[in-house]
Amino acid sequence: MSIKVTKLNHIYDKGMPTEQKALTDVSFEIADGELVGIIGHTGSGKSTLLQHLNGLLKASSGSIEIGGTDITRPGVSMVEIRKKVGLVFQYPEYQLFEVSVAKDVAYGPGNLGLSQEEIDQRVREAIALVGLDYEKVKDRSPFELSGGQKRAVAIAGVVAMKPEVLILDEPTAGLDPRAHKDILRMIREVHEKTGNITILVSHNMGDVAEMADKVMVIDGGKLVIMGTPEEVFSRGELLKSVGLDLPPITEFCNELGIKDTVLDMDTAVGKIVDLFKE
Amino acid sequence: MIRDITLGQYYASDSPIHRLDPRVKIIATLLFIIELFIVDNFIGFGICAAVLAAVIIVSRVPLSFIMRGLKPILFILFFTFALNIFMVKGEVIWEWKFLHITREGIQIAVFMAIRLVLLIIGSSMLTLTTKPLSLTDGIERLLSPLARFKFPSHEIAMMMTIALRFIPTLLEETDKIMKAQQARGADFESGGLMKRAKALIPVLVPLFVSAFRIAQDLAMAMEARCYHGGENRTRMHEMKLKTRDFVTFALEAIFLALIIIEARMF
Repeated sequence: MSIKVTKLNHIYDKGMPTEQKALTDVSFEIADGELVGIIGHTGSGKSTLLQHLNGLLKASSGSIEIGGTDITRPGVSMVEIRKKVGLVFQYPEYQLFEVSVAKDVAYGPGNLGLSQEEIDQRVREAIALVGLDYEKVKDRSPFELSGGQKRAVAIAGVVAMKPEVLILDEPTAGLDPRAHKDILRMIREVHEKTGNITILVSHNMGDVAEMADKVMVIDGGKLVIMGTPEEVFSRGELLKSVGLDLPPITEFCNELGIKDTVLDMDTAVGKIVDLFKE
Repeated sequence: MIRDITLGQYYASDSPIHRLDPRVKIIATLLFIIELFIVDNFIGFGICAAVLAAVIIVSRVPLSFIMRGLKPILFILFFTFALNIFMVKGEVIWEWKFLHITREGIQIAVFMAIRLVLLIIGSSMLTLTTKPLSLTDGIERLLSPLARFKFPSHEIAMMMTIALRFIPTLLEETDKIMKAQQARGADFESGGLMKRAKALIPVLVPLFVSAFRIAQDLAMAMEARCYHGGENRTRMHEMKLKTRDFVTFALEAIFLALIIIEARMF
């Protein structure tokens, strides 16, 4: 499974006074098993891009190949695409609706037309995978859980569909530091266990730097740069020009005069010790 | 599809119509509706349409934007049209089994269709050119004489403001939830009536939850800013009628007179 997007354009309300160009000639490729971070400030076109990847929005022009199928062609079954590409929206807890956690998580797999045993099995797995205790939460109403737990349940609802591509739009927005960490750890675990492609949109440069294999920067509907975290975060000036920042740890090391692009705590400690030795 | 509904939506612009006092616009709209019902021939509708066209041109609201608001009511339009055309008795000009069309039927059907279209465009002009806030301010002021009879005009105006304000919010919310459930494999487009109705449960439940959450947040924000009802409440923008409002009134009076005379004459 891989994703190839070529010259993707999207215009909202075409021909209306409110017409707005949201994406301009976006092209990129994502290889199987990669974890890709997308960064860009509010209104840069990130969410629009994500919704194209599972066919919720139709491209004005350009092509999107997912596992070799061009989903922009007429006649392609969107239901098939959505089986392969799971999308977790911002604040996904607002989509919970069932009377119990287990039933809510089962909604997605149920729509795939699986057998009841298969559904139960997947629900069990998905709830465990997002770090909740299946026996404890399965019969509880999703509305009485804490904010972080609600979100975990909502993510489990998509994970249970076993998508080959899992897209998360700001999965940690509005969470406390602990829930924030839990959700990120869980995303990494799901990614490692299933070997899927994971696409993570975030405002937190630190999270992206730490987790992603590749980073995409989007500004004004255009792909500004795509590369490894080292490549992208070595371009501090460029990031600042599009309203973004470096991860705090990278910025800190830059200030100390360390030439390399440092992205995690351990490397930073090593470099700083070296600096003292000199 | 959800984005297409313009009824109750404001089109930002700075035209003379936008700047009119909301009270004047409300009264003018009410009169326009009454006039549409006084009219009993096509010449009268011609006058109404011409006046409406003039208002639209002066307001600078694009026609395509107004027409989008008509789309959702096309069904009702066709329904009344069909009902009138087949149901009215009179001189039969076409017949097939139990269906028959009469001359009078056609006339009344066309009549009603024009009346409905003008009615909807006319009333949506009010909301297109008036901010919800000034609209309800206007309603409040117009109803304020009733306060003497313990009529809660301020509270009712506030409820209307909030309801209007939440139409786009709830539409947006619906759109978002529908997309989220579609991403989880929901299918809203196929199947019979029952299946489709059932498919809406995953949308309606979160929508209700959201609506209550939004309502609670708003109530809290209002309390935090010490909101209390109508008594002793002053306003930032006092409404004062200006020359242009009186001119509008004068024009409206001429228009009304014209319609009444026209209806009497023919």
